[in-house]
Amino acid sequence: MESVGSIILYFVIAVAIVVFSVLTVTTRKILRSATYLLFTLFATAALYFSLDYEFLGAVQIAVYAGGIVVLFVFSILLTSKPGDKSEKLASKKRVLGLFAALAMLVVSGYALVSRCCMFAGKPAMEALTMHKVGETLMGTGEGEYLLPFEAISVLLLACIIGGVVVARKR
Amino acid sequence: MDITLMYYLIPSLIMFCCGVYGFITRKNMIAILISLELMLNAVDINFVVFNRFLFPGQLEGMFFTLFAIAIAAAETALAIAIIINIFRVAKNIDVRDLTKMKF
Amino acid sequence: MDQITSILILALPLCMFLLLGIFGNKMSHKMAGILGTLGMGVTLILAYSTAFTYFFSGNELFVDAAGNRLQHLVFDQTWLAFTQHLVIKLGFLLDPISAMMLVVITTISFMVHLYSLGYMHGETGFQRYYAFLSLFSFSMLGLVVATNIFQMYIFWELVGASSYLLIGFYYTKPSAVSASKKAFIVTRFADLGFLIGILILSFYTETFDFMTMTNAPENVLASTGGAVFMGGSVLTWALVLIFMGGMGKSAMMPLHIWLPDAMEGPTPVSALIHAATMVVAGVFLVARMFPVYLMEVTALEIVTVVGALTALYAAIVACTQVDIKRVLAFSTISQIAFMMVALGVARPDIHEGVGYMASMFHLFTHAMFKALLFLGAGALIHAVHSNDYTAMGGLRKYMPVTHITFLIGCLAIAGIWPFAGFFSKDEILVAAFENNALWGVWMTAVAGLTSFYMFRLYYRIFWWNEPDYEHHGHVPHDAPWTMTLPLIILAAVSVVAGFIPFGELVTWSREAYEIHINWTVAGTSIAVAVAAIALATVMYRKENELPDKLASRFKGLWTAAHHRFYFDELYMFITHKIIFNLISRPIAWFDRHIIDGTMDMFATVTNKVSYAIRGLQSGNVQTYVWVYLLGTLLIAAVAVICLV
Repeated sequence: MESVGSIILYFVIAVAIVVFSVLTVTTRKILRSATYLLFTLFATAALYFSLDYEFLGAVQIAVYAGGIVVLFVFSILLTSKPGDKSEKLASKKRVLGLFAALAMLVVSGYALVSRCCMFAGKPAMEALTMHKVGETLMGTGEGEYLLPFEAISVLLLACIIGGVVVARKR
Repeated sequence: MDITLMYYLIPSLIMFCCGVYGFITRKNMIAILISLELMLNAVDINFVVFNRFLFPGQLEGMFFTLFAIAIAAAETALAIAIIINIFRVAKNIDVRDLTKMKF
Repeated sequence: MDQITSILILALPLCMFLLLGIFGNKMSHKMAGILGTLGMGVTLILAYSTAFTYFFSGNELFVDAAGNRLQHLVFDQTWLAFTQHLVIKLGFLLDPISAMMLVVITTISFMVHLYSLGYMHGETGFQRYYAFLSLFSFSMLGLVVATNIFQMYIFWELVGASSYLLIGFYYTKPSAVSASKKAFIVTRFADLGFLIGILILSFYTETFDFMTMTNAPENVLASTGGAVFMGGSVLTWALVLIFMGGMGKSAMMPLHIWLPDAMEGPTPVSALIHAATMVVAGVFLVARMFPVYLMEVTALEIVTVVGALTALYAAIVACTQVDIKRVLAFSTISQIAFMMVALGVARPDIHEGVGYMASMFHLFTHAMFKALLFLGAGALIHAVHSNDYTAMGGLRKYMPVTHITFLIGCLAIAGIWPFAGFFSKDEILVAAFENNALWGVWMTAVAGLTSFYMFRLYYRIFWWNEPDYEHHGHVPHDAPWTMTLPLIILAAVSVVAGFIPFGELVTWSREAYEIHINWTVAGTSIAVAVAAIALATVMYRKENELPDKLASRFKGLWTAAHHRFYFDELYMFITHKIIFNLISRPIAWFDRHIIDGTMDMFATVTNKVSYAIRGLQSGNVQTYVWVYLLGTLLIAAVAVICLV
């Protein structure tokens, strides 16, 4: 049995995620779309916090909300002309998209709901200290992630170079 | 009432479906990219939630999400570079105009 | 006899082959030639010392207390061990015949190496030529010292391959290319029989080793358990099939057709491979397996019949050929057939198996005088630039050294006392008479024919009338010393080789045997030979009408012999008309239309369908995603429903 506060918190987060996700893809202005994405990401970060993954929540805010969304905003400003504020959706396409999304929802939702009784409540977890996160990230043993960490760093480097090469003026 | 795993998977599923809808219907490539981010985010939530509820003593799901975020950032940066390049060539970023890559 | 020497005998030619084959193009011609000759010279010395040690040292490894020679395994290394019985070994077996063959091969090979320095001078591919010669020497040496039948088979194929390479040495000449292909295909066909024979034999005996088989041939017979296949015992079949391999290599009828064509190769190669060494491999094979053959006399009788027919056939054909190398080639076929007959008629109860000894003796002497004749022919061809005797005549004044040595070779092959051929041929005739008077008379007649065609050749080249050499721009003269020296050495050997006490060295039981010349037989054969020579003298000493008259008198016989009794045409008919039309064409049609057609159909259908559906690839990313997602969902839905 959870505390009333945490239940309320959950519902706030869940509603925020659902509403902002829907708004992200239905709004017709691209800049608004990016803003709603930002809110969705914040809500996700809140979800991580509520699940006791503080570090992950912080990364979510710093990288996603702080980095990627800013990137989106800049690119929107770079690529949109002053005139085109909105875009009309072709109804055929809309039907197709709705059909795909609803089919996805039905199949996965059915799979989830038909197994809902299998899930238990949130188990207790000892507090995840920063110390442990750091050791796991930098360790070389089993279940530790130094090698992927290094691989990611190389990937990011390649990505920076690639971005520069692709986007530079010829 | 208990907030079980289900309660977290449902919003994540809705978020994913929104991503699918956006990806298929939007014309602006940046909007498509945003939809892609939504889907990625939904998957991230699943990883974290499964980790938290099923294997609370371990960190695999969380770290997977961590790396997924990093890769998403890289992918977005590259995709935006490509989009800007396309914009420079085609003067717009409507995905319907980019159908040259076929037989 | 230590292991190092024996390994070196094989390794030196192999190293020479690799050295000249890989780095030959970096060397000058002279360097490559001298290097190859030196390598062969060292091998010659090692082989001589080995043979000398084996025959004359009296070491208890080689000879037992009673004076019988022993087979000695210098080494016998397991190479591939597949199963308990299927073990393939590589080794070095020293016994009288392998020691003798070491001497023959290295002698002839060295002579040819030396001779080729002059003969092949300035040819393109000179280094390649020497590399192949070394490869051949290596293969042939490996063949004769093989400890088991499988090792022999390996080297057997290697000599076949090097023979192919050397026949096709002038690979820009279409006739050389087709000759090399012919040799390869015919001998390969024969080797198929050889391989099947090996497999049958080893299936029953569970061994490949020569020593195991030949020292206890009763066990070989017993191991087959009296199994019978199509009216012959299994052992007979195995031995006949193995002999078939020998027939291919030794050009026995009807598998002889490749040897005359093989003369397209350089003449020294003909001397080394197609006269002295490789072609006697078949004889060597039968000699090696001789105790086993004795268990099945039927197989030996087949050897005799094939040998006798071939001897007569080749001798008759040799009387009508124009190309001097072809005459010598048919003479070689005939002489090898002599050896086969000698083996075929040998029985332990007749003169202690004199035929075996005679066969090996003739192999030895024939190698010497036939190499001499071929090298002499090479010198002639070198001088007049033609293979046909019609371009020669009266050459005795221009080429005295070649003339004398060639005459010695002819006398030796005709079997005139005291030349080498007399002694060995006499023993063969004795063995033939002892076995069956028919074979004795038959072989004596063939010996007479031999003298006739050899002296016909001799007179046509060195006497007859003289064509106008001045008119052709240059006068023939003797070859340089590198070419005449081998001729002189081989001529000397041909004179004295008959006095080697061969019976003390090589017999089938490895017991010493004293040769005593049967003067009745010898006298008859000399009389026949002299008569034949006299006839040749009458017909060919000076230009006259007699040969043409005789030819037109016996026109049918002469034409048939001139066309080698239409064997090539027969093969052409069988292969082109029957096999190609009735078997190959339908198979090719089936392959092209049914098998390829099926595959083509798959490709065409794929192609057509691809073109038909390529419109689906719209280039629109969103459509792709939609289709992909729906497919995924379909699979997921099936999974969800089934797993509930």
